[in-house]
Amino acid sequence: MATRTLTHLERLEAEAIHILREVVAEAERPVMLYSVGKDSAVMLHLARKAFYPSPPPFPLLHVDTTWKFQEMYKLRDRMARESGMELLVYHNPEAAERGINPFDHGALHTDMWKTEGLKQALDKWSFDAAFGGARRDEEKSRAKERIFSFRTASHGWDPKNQRPELWNLYNARKNKGESIRVFPISNWTELDVWQYIQLNDIPIVPLYFAALRPTVERDGMLLMVDDDRFPLLPGEVPVMRSIRFRTLGCYPLTGAVESEAGTLPQVIQETLLTTTSERQGRAIDKDAGGAGMEKKKQEGYF
Amino acid sequence: MTDGTTNEPVYVVDDLIAEDIDAYLDQHQHKTMLRFITCGSVDDGKSTLIGRLLYDSKMIFEDQLTSLEADSRKVGTQGQDIDFALLVDGLAAEREQGITIDVAYRFFNTEKRKFIVADCPGHEQYTRNMVTGASTADLAVILVDARKGVLVQTRRHSYLCHLIGIRNIVLAVNKMDLVEYSQAVFDTIVADYAEFARSIGIDSFTAMPISGFKGDNIIGPSANTPWYTGPNLIEHLETVEVNSAADGTRPFRLPVQWVNRPNLDFRGFSGLIATGSVKPGDAVRVLPSGKTSTVTRIVTLGGDLDQATAGQSVTVCFADEIDCSRGDVISIAENPPQVADQFEATVVWLNDQPLQVGRGYWLKLGTQMVSATVHAPKYTVNVNTMEHVAAKTLELNAIGVAELATDKPIVFEPYADSRTLGGFILIDKITNATAAAGMLHFSLRRAQNVHWQALDISREAHAALKNQKPAVLWFTGLSGSGKSTIANLVEKKLHRMNRHTFLLDGDNVRHGLNKDLGFTEADRIENIRRVGEVAKLMADAGLIVITAFISPFKAERELVRKMLPEGEFVEVFIDTPLSVAEERDVKGLYKKARSGDLKNFTGIDSPYEAPVNPEIRIDTTRITPEDAATLIVDTLLGDA
Repeated sequence: MATRTLTHLERLEAEAIHILREVVAEAERPVMLYSVGKDSAVMLHLARKAFYPSPPPFPLLHVDTTWKFQEMYKLRDRMARESGMELLVYHNPEAAERGINPFDHGALHTDMWKTEGLKQALDKWSFDAAFGGARRDEEKSRAKERIFSFRTASHGWDPKNQRPELWNLYNARKNKGESIRVFPISNWTELDVWQYIQLNDIPIVPLYFAALRPTVERDGMLLMVDDDRFPLLPGEVPVMRSIRFRTLGCYPLTGAVESEAGTLPQVIQETLLTTTSERQGRAIDKDAGGAGMEKKKQEGYF
Repeated sequence: MTDGTTNEPVYVVDDLIAEDIDAYLDQHQHKTMLRFITCGSVDDGKSTLIGRLLYDSKMIFEDQLTSLEADSRKVGTQGQDIDFALLVDGLAAEREQGITIDVAYRFFNTEKRKFIVADCPGHEQYTRNMVTGASTADLAVILVDARKGVLVQTRRHSYLCHLIGIRNIVLAVNKMDLVEYSQAVFDTIVADYAEFARSIGIDSFTAMPISGFKGDNIIGPSANTPWYTGPNLIEHLETVEVNSAADGTRPFRLPVQWVNRPNLDFRGFSGLIATGSVKPGDAVRVLPSGKTSTVTRIVTLGGDLDQATAGQSVTVCFADEIDCSRGDVISIAENPPQVADQFEATVVWLNDQPLQVGRGYWLKLGTQMVSATVHAPKYTVNVNTMEHVAAKTLELNAIGVAELATDKPIVFEPYADSRTLGGFILIDKITNATAAAGMLHFSLRRAQNVHWQALDISREAHAALKNQKPAVLWFTGLSGSGKSTIANLVEKKLHRMNRHTFLLDGDNVRHGLNKDLGFTEADRIENIRRVGEVAKLMADAGLIVITAFISPFKAERELVRKMLPEGEFVEVFIDTPLSVAEERDVKGLYKKARSGDLKNFTGIDSPYEAPVNPEIRIDTTRITPEDAATLIVDTLLGDA
């Protein structure tokens, strides 16, 4: 029987599905972290493929900051309905009570809503394995992270003490209190994600496509005025610009790019021709020099 | 690009992206993928080469380039030039040390292929990282510094790549710019390497003269090496055959990961096809049971498939309701894989804690997870000289050949035929660390010929005749804690109550069954394993077995617990503090141990791992031996 060589996307898809199934077979309470971005969209699609015709046998968890773009909340609720999966939304009650927000609290906002919120949510529901959409091409410290990444009971990460991963054999056995973060699309690049979305017609947040939107320019970043919680500085007037987003996070922390790309191929084209790497639109990597993300991760940021 | 001044990206973004994005995407969609590793010594320029590949294929963005230029001036080793290595060396600690300490994965594309590069460190202590990186690679680039030639590390890396089954080896003679692009230097190194390669069984390799720093022969022929007519690096990487293509031509094997059962009308078996291909109508056999059926459907979210091949994740359905679950292997019916429980394997030790011969480890192979013990290695391989060396155990980074036994038969193929069904990991049962990686070579005949004899008189029948529930009362505690005293009293009481018992005492067993064993850690493990097996046989015969051994290691006690049916292993911890036991010193042993006349004595120079959750705990500082015996008997019979 003649066989053919699989394409790179076919191999990446098969690898991701294999990983999802291994975790479901071996973990007690898996969960998929769902941030509504394009990587999450791909992850959700892979999960539906991996277990079809069953619905994915785990819930979606959105660790919300209350500061996401409105269109993200809309798509989130729609995708949960369509996939037949349970959607868990978690808000860190302390952050809510103290009114922590990205305008007044800077790094503390990410720390409390996201880092602390994630830890609390995982503890609350006793999840022992959490799927995340991180990719090794995103950032230097991620290039060395394993696909199965173990966290201590206090959610710390020790980059010096990772388990070797050979072939496609994953050791999912945990010590008491440990949990695993699992990254099924570790080996995908940004281009792979875009192309997979295109080939599989996966719904994504419209903000990835260019449209006229109200914006202000601050510290070299183009921010979108997404709702009336956006405090305008004296003399600041939102300007309508044709913009889109390369990554999506909290709207006050996510920089837009000026763009005319209204279709997926145009977005991919622009992505390939651009000279600015993906995470630059987010403020988070810039702390602590080159090792910003590594430091965040040791503290428990996903 | 070869005049030594250009750091311009030569592999500029494809014009196609700007001109016709749809055509570009169509091209990208149909690319195949090659995974390769780079290995070399610390200064052979691995990171520089990878940095160069990323840079030339435009996988570096402007902001990264800006920080790269700044970093190059700050901590770089190339003066004012861009230090490509900084692109690749990631974690903070290693940036300070200036070395790569782990496996890092990098990605780049050309028009024909997508590449995943595993950057593997050259340090001796990191053999495990190299083996990890090599395990998923289709090809290895072995870097040699043209000024230094074939080094000990070169041999080691080549051996490891060959061991892990990489068939495509590239010998990249790097830093040619520093030897004036001398053909004589290149030829000498290639001849040296060829001789070595033959000696370890590498049939063929591709050698090329390059400069990662200057860019020679990376993406096109270099004017500096007119004498070299072979392929450049990228050209070679784009055309070499990938593993999954070869896997597709082998017999069909699908290790079952998960049974898909959304409702009573659907039952599918999900997994990644290891080798071969499958289509509806194929006759298949499920191993190890040997049951056969026919494939009716290959189900995916996008619709049923007519055929699926090696490397694809699928869900298949059968015509018949036969047993099949996680760990089973679905195979083409007429050519199934073997099933065995004893093997010879090459084992690479990956953990700080050395191999404990005879101790149980979890063995994961494909989707099968069983308990396995490793025998004393036949030999280890000195990876620098390839000599075989006698060894009693395997330590971190050691590579040895050993026999191993699993507690139940597993489905396997020799590693040379299937990485998926021949490659395994060993997991430490206590720490859960990945302790070792291994490659099965063949099964041992005795496993195939010694079958379980089905017995007509069952263990239940034995127990029923004696009118009792069998059990193993496993006493553990320090020497002089009172194990033997209390165990004796327990047996006397049970005997008076017409129970059928037998007491296995540590000292007595060592006069007979275990007189060939000493007191090293390995011998102590074997001592307990044998006692465990004997206790199990006696429990099968319906007896209440009482054992009194120090049994200092948690892992061995757990091993015995696993041998017995749930509830029959009763751990009795005779909890006497060391100071009290030493004070008693009934046999004068503590005195000897303290004076150094007795080695490996538990509590003194050998550890005692106290039980965490014993079924019974006896604090001998608060209770008399007589009361302790009563408590144990009551607990045992109360349970029964």
